[in-house]
Order: sequence, then C-alpha cells, then structure tokens
Amino acid sequence: MGLLSKKDAKLVLDPLADNNPITIQVLGICSALAITAELKASLVMAFSVLFVLGAGNVVISLLRNVIPSKIRIIVQLVVVATLVIIVDQVLKAFAYELSKTLSVFVGLIITNCIIMGRFEAFALGNGPWKSFLDGIGNALGYGVILVIIGFFRELLGSGTLLGNAVLGDPIAKTGLYAYGYENNGFMIIPPAALIVVGIIIWVQRSRNPQLIEEA
Amino acid sequence: MLEHLELFFKSIFIDNMVFAVFLGMCSYLAVSKKVSTAVGLGAAVIFVLAVTVPMNWLLDQYVLQPGALAWLGEEFVDYDLSFLSFILFIATIATMVQLVEIVVEKFAPALYNSLGIFLPLIAVNCAILGGSLFMQAREIPSLALAFNYGVSSGIGWFLAIVAIAAIREKIRYSAVPAPLRGLGITFIITGLMGIGFQSFGGMLTGDNEPPLVEETVVEAAEFEAPITSDELNELTGLEAEETPDAEETIASIN
Repeated sequence: MGLLSKKDAKLVLDPLADNNPITIQVLGICSALAITAELKASLVMAFSVLFVLGAGNVVISLLRNVIPSKIRIIVQLVVVATLVIIVDQVLKAFAYELSKTLSVFVGLIITNCIIMGRFEAFALGNGPWKSFLDGIGNALGYGVILVIIGFFRELLGSGTLLGNAVLGDPIAKTGLYAYGYENNGFMIIPPAALIVVGIIIWVQRSRNPQLIEEA
Repeated sequence: MLEHLELFFKSIFIDNMVFAVFLGMCSYLAVSKKVSTAVGLGAAVIFVLAVTVPMNWLLDQYVLQPGALAWLGEEFVDYDLSFLSFILFIATIATMVQLVEIVVEKFAPALYNSLGIFLPLIAVNCAILGGSLFMQAREIPSLALAFNYGVSSGIGWFLAIVAIAAIREKIRYSAVPAPLRGLGITFIITGLMGIGFQSFGGMLTGDNEPPLVEETVVEAAEFEAPITSDELNELTGLEAEETPDAEETIASIN
C-alpha cells in the first residue's frame, strides 16, 4: 500500500480480520443474515453498506464540530436515512428485481449497528480522510463475511453461484448430481445463516486464540 | 376477530422477529447474558413497538402512500411520498422513544427504573424500524391490526430474548469448546432454536398463502419431469383406453 501510510492502512485492514465488525464487534448482524441465501444479494448489500458507511462517516466527520452532542443521535439518523434513501432509489431504478429480494432490508441499513457504531466510535472524533478509510475498512469487513456466508449458502443450498449452475443440473442429473449428490435445502432456510456465522467465528477464533472470550 | 387471532400467532411464532427475519439481533446478542435484563429489554421492545407501529401506520395511510394526501384537497391526489418512508419512520421512532421515556419517567418511575438505559437504546434497534417497514410492506389493512402486529411482534421478540438468556445462564456450566465460547455458541444455539421455530410454519396453512402452494406445485411438476422410458410406457399405457392419441404415442415409443 504505497498510497497510504502504515497507520492509514491499518484502519482499512484491521476490520477485515482481527477487528471484524460482525464476528468480533458483534455489530450489524441484523441485515447480515437475512439476505445471504444468494451471493448476488450479499454483494449488493455489501456495496450498499460500503457506500452508506463511507459517505456517512465523511459527512459526520465534517459536521463533528457543529453537532450539539445532545441531539447527535437524531442528526446521525437523518444523515444515514438520507444516504439509504439514495441507495434504495438507485436500486429500484436499476435493479428492480433485486430490490424486491432485499425488500425491507435496504431500509434496515439505517438501524444497522455498524453504521451508528462507527459514527459514534470514530467519525465524531477524527478527520474526514481517516473517517473515510475507517468506514471503507469496516464496510469491507462486513462485506467479506456477507460474501462468505452467501457463497456457502448458495453453493450448498442451491448448487449455484450468482445464479449460474456450477455443480451441474439437479433435474437432468449432470455434473456432481450424476453421482448422487443432492442440494442441501437446509442451507436456504434462515436459521442456517446463524449456524454458518457460528462456524466462521469458530474457525476464526481457533486460528487466533487471543480472540477467545473468557468463560 | 379471526384475522386478529391469525396475525397474532403468525407474528409471534411463524414470522418471529428474531428467528425468521433476524431483526434486533445486535441487542439480542449483547443484552442476553442475564434473564432479568433480557426481560427488561423485551418489555421495552413490546411497549415501543405497540406505540410506533400504529403511529407509522397512520403516517403511511395519510401522508406517504400514493394518493394518501387526498384529504388535503384535489391538487394533492397525485402525490406519492413513499420514498420518504425511511426518514419519516425513523424520525417518528426517535421522537416517540424520547416521548415515551419522558412520560414513563413522570408517571411510572418504577417502570422507568426497571427499563433504565434500554429505552433510549431502542431507537436504533432494528426490530423497531423493521416492525414499521414490514407493516408497510405487508400492507396491513387497519389501525387495530397494526396495533396487534406491533404487540405480537414485540411478544415474539420478548420470547426469543428471554429464552436465549435462560439458555446462556445455564450454558456457563457446560464444557463449550474454547473458540466457540460466548458469541459462537450463542449463534449456533439461536440457529437451532430457529429450526425449531420453523416447525410452527405448518400451523397456519389455510388460504392465506396461495402463492406458496402454487410454487410447490410447480416444483413438484418439475421434479416429475425426468421420467424414465419404462415409467412413460406405464403412464401412456394407463391412459391408452381414455385418449385416442395415446395409442399413437405408444406405437412411436415401441
């Protein structure tokens, strides 16, 4: 990373693994789980959050000296809601089918705890450039987990990736299905997302024992 | 009356806020270490949902929906303000939470003390905004049903957080693998509870979900499509006496 100083790079890279917003900070679970049955929806959700968090962090950081601390929550909510409305309208205009799949979960980006959490913890105390990097980093950390969950749920549940059949055709019995492979319908139902996240946390903490919680 | 009962059970068990649509997961995971605090937060969520969902229903009906402004006069009939839903809903919720906090503090200090810090936190709980957004998406037809929806969704959330808090209190005495301790095992238990709640899905299968039935029929037909030639012989053989065309198909197959 020649462009960024070491400190700046840390802002972007830390949330990707050791300080991941989903698996370590436990923020933003709500919208993360419901839309991950397909990889495509996960990707769109990740990009929406990337936009809202990157832009929102900059706006809040620029306004941080003018916002009275008593009403900061309302100001933050208004900023997020405005950005989310932009995302929602863009999705409705250019990807209508997808916006139907995501339904209310685009709106729920407003109450995504990652966004309020980063506003409170970072943007209110740091300059716009740093806040931007922090926003991008955290949104990427969120996106990575979303894409991992979406990848496994779609691959194991429907045998497709981004809608393309990768394991063969279950009806014509080609590819893996010729050897008796079956789709795991369990991965499509909502609770499977929780179990996949649980397993991701398990793997991550086994690799990095510092993260293990005290009993 | 029946629709009220149906919506009530549906929102608590089938479309449970936590297990079916993952709303309010952040506070669900963070505040479920002790049963007593879980009860406090759960009660606060029921309360706030019961107030904000009907409020937002009124907003939706008389301000936001396409043509909702007709009561202002002829020239407002064409207005469609639905793109403002998010910002108005969240503004209502934030204001209502503040208002509820002030009122409860004044008139029911005991309740206020027991709810404590949870009330202000609720403004950013996705279960609350989600309740209003689902109310809008499902086009709940009347104010009474909206109130019912708010209360019953709240009860569903309450049940979920109290149940997981009780399990987490007990699980402290179990030998959970170290990397799963705390967050990991909570996720997996919630997943298992969610699978349990899935079984409630069979409870109400009347005519309320016709599209679902159609879909399964279509799927079934697709699955039957690849029949072997022997089965085809049998099928066409059975139909041979009834349809004259079948004789030709049999001939062509043989």
